[in-house]
Amino acid sequence: MSAHSHAHDDHHDGGASHGTYKSYVIGFVLSVILTAIPFWLVMDGVLDSKVATALWVMGLGVIQIIVHMVYFLHMNTKSEGGWNMLALIFTLVIVAIAIAGSLWVMYHLNTNMMPQMDHDMIPSFG
Amino acid sequence: MFSNPDLLHFIFGRLSLDSFPFLHDPIILVTLLGVVVGGIAVVGGISYFRLWGYLWREWITSIDHKKIGIMYIILAIIMLLRGFADALMMRAQQAIAFNGAEGFLPPHHYDQIFTAHGVIMIFFVAMPLVTGLMNFVVPLQIGARDVAFPFLNNFSFWMTTCGAALIMASLFVGEFAMTGWLAYPPLSDIVYSPGVGVDYYIWALQIAGVGTLLSGVNLIVTIVKMRAPGMSMMKMPVFTWTSLCTNILIVAAFPVLTAVLVLLGLDRYADTNFFTNDLGGNAMMYINLIWIWGHPEVYILILPAFGVFSEVVSTFCRKRLFGYSSMVYATVVITILSYIVWLHHFFTMGSGASVNAFFGITTMIISIPTGAKVFNWLFTMYKGRISFDVPMLWTIGFMLTFVIGGMTGVMLAVPPADFVLHNSLFLIAHFHNVIIGGVVFGMFAGIVYWFPKAFGFKLDEFWGKMSFWLWTIGFYFAFMPLYVLGLMGVTRRMSQFDDPSLQIWFIIAAFGALLIAGGIGSFIMSIVVAVIKRDKLRDETGDPWGGRTLEWSTSSPPPAYNFAFTPVVHELDAWDDMKKRGFVRPTSGFLDIHMPKNTGAGFILAAISLVLGFALVWHIWWLVAASFIVLIVGAIAHTFNYDRDYHIPASEVVATEEERTALLAKQQA
Repeated sequence: MSAHSHAHDDHHDGGASHGTYKSYVIGFVLSVILTAIPFWLVMDGVLDSKVATALWVMGLGVIQIIVHMVYFLHMNTKSEGGWNMLALIFTLVIVAIAIAGSLWVMYHLNTNMMPQMDHDMIPSFG
Repeated sequence: MFSNPDLLHFIFGRLSLDSFPFLHDPIILVTLLGVVVGGIAVVGGISYFRLWGYLWREWITSIDHKKIGIMYIILAIIMLLRGFADALMMRAQQAIAFNGAEGFLPPHHYDQIFTAHGVIMIFFVAMPLVTGLMNFVVPLQIGARDVAFPFLNNFSFWMTTCGAALIMASLFVGEFAMTGWLAYPPLSDIVYSPGVGVDYYIWALQIAGVGTLLSGVNLIVTIVKMRAPGMSMMKMPVFTWTSLCTNILIVAAFPVLTAVLVLLGLDRYADTNFFTNDLGGNAMMYINLIWIWGHPEVYILILPAFGVFSEVVSTFCRKRLFGYSSMVYATVVITILSYIVWLHHFFTMGSGASVNAFFGITTMIISIPTGAKVFNWLFTMYKGRISFDVPMLWTIGFMLTFVIGGMTGVMLAVPPADFVLHNSLFLIAHFHNVIIGGVVFGMFAGIVYWFPKAFGFKLDEFWGKMSFWLWTIGFYFAFMPLYVLGLMGVTRRMSQFDDPSLQIWFIIAAFGALLIAGGIGSFIMSIVVAVIKRDKLRDETGDPWGGRTLEWSTSSPPPAYNFAFTPVVHELDAWDDMKKRGFVRPTSGFLDIHMPKNTGAGFILAAISLVLGFALVWHIWWLVAASFIVLIVGAIAHTFNYDRDYHIPASEVVATEEERTALLAKQQA
């Protein structure tokens, strides 16, 4: 552990393996493709449903994030002695909690705060 | 020369002579005079004793984690005086504004005071205390020579300080927010708060937030990467564990605050409609998002205090901590759970029974690991040889006080009860109960405990005990009446009252605030008296309390390089283990030590950020553009500074260590 950490004191060494020319090109090409597709979907109105378009854009965004992490940040399950993976899992848990929780909370606030008295309100205050 | 209003507006933005409240408010005028006189005295004193060069070289540009930690705590104590002055004014106002009397604070001023009190106490007192203590202690506890990114550490400190400076500027130039400490829209939108107050709030927190986030990253990397050989995760001191979890919370939570303040800023500056009433905006989203940051924030504050109590309890009971691994797991569980309770801050906003029940239950669950910790401390004390030094007094005071606060917290976690107590003084009493009884007591325990490590002499014990008793008794006098008032339905943030029967409770609370003022004064006296009597209180061993962790193995104050040789760890409580195994301090074989070099870049970049923030507040667009460009260019230019490190020559290390050898020999004789 100690020898390992001292080897990484130098600032130019990010800890994980450096990418090769090939891996950077693959990452770049994938990123360009993953950026171009959402533009194409939105600008040409390829899909009929706006919801479907939005979902596709978000899904491709997630794939883009993974591409960046693998090809540009050189993350894998072993880099930095597993700390990168642990940090990633923690981040995913927190992001999932924040997004799912916000959607749930805001959906609930909206249903109950509508000006017309719908019967949802009765159990919540009863 | 005042003939061209457009030109003036271009140069000064919204700033005009009307922006200076001391021209028409005597309270602010007196404060300003005090600050000016005090400021002249300080500047004059520094010039007279020719200390500017010393301050610049040894402190302002220092990247030594110990000095940065000390500066954080000085910042926190200065801001505590400001925040507490606000508290005294509120208590005085509420104690007299009855039966038609309006008190001495008009609502316009009173609203700014309670907002400033909250913002300052959380962001510029509690946070710097916590960050300062972690900065000072963590590298020493893990046997490191500095933090992972020493320059970044200096920059973080100055960003925090510049955030505080921007808030202080709002006292004399313009006004502060009148929205409460979390600036809920729609009140904080441009329609209802057209002045500069909310802008001061946004930019002060954004500037300080950069510092907080960077120092969080810094300390995580330090703890993960720079532990002494042999110190596995489960051999880390508990304070280091709680620091790690706190910094993980900072890194995960503060970006949410940054994002939500950016959105609020866009609403105010760029006419967007994220949180407005119409055009699709939703103010409730702001409240949801800010509490996703806000709840982890309270654990960011309390976890390091738990760490301090763990260190103090085991040191002053002469025992290893009871249930180390359960303490660690409790800390980690709290870290995760703190992310799934945020809705309990707005049970009454309209969510249905299922949502409220979920968040009510998670809130109750989080009290389980916290309760486990209290039992661990109690069992550590059980059959221990307890010495009642000041840090231990704070710890015992904490255990009694915090448990009361925790139980009222569980009461508030019951949604139906919360519908009665929400926004009442009961809530105010509850969170002061946990923040004063937990964070403040913890930080005082930590300061008294580690002060001899930082300066080489103990704090004065008499004034330390005075401070403890005045704070504790003052706390109960100040906040127990608020529980009573809250149960009677008195709401928070009121500046005047109709019902004369309530007045007696507010008078008792004001008396409590005066006792706390005595506690703060006694704390400052304990420092002053200790400085005067420093030769009597001197600690030459480096281990004045019989400590158990690595920071006590080096001299007090530690040399710039902390440890001449990196210690090797075999056990939990590494220093206690070394003492038991007859550790012999090495006295020869010293090598050159590679250290980072001081730099003024952090101070300069932060100062430019302060100018940028001020210009943004006052809409001085030319200055915004200029300072932003200078900031970016300066930051890039600093990356080309390769002259960042130096070696402490072995001869200097030998000299320092021989001095210590001589001191230790004197002890033996």
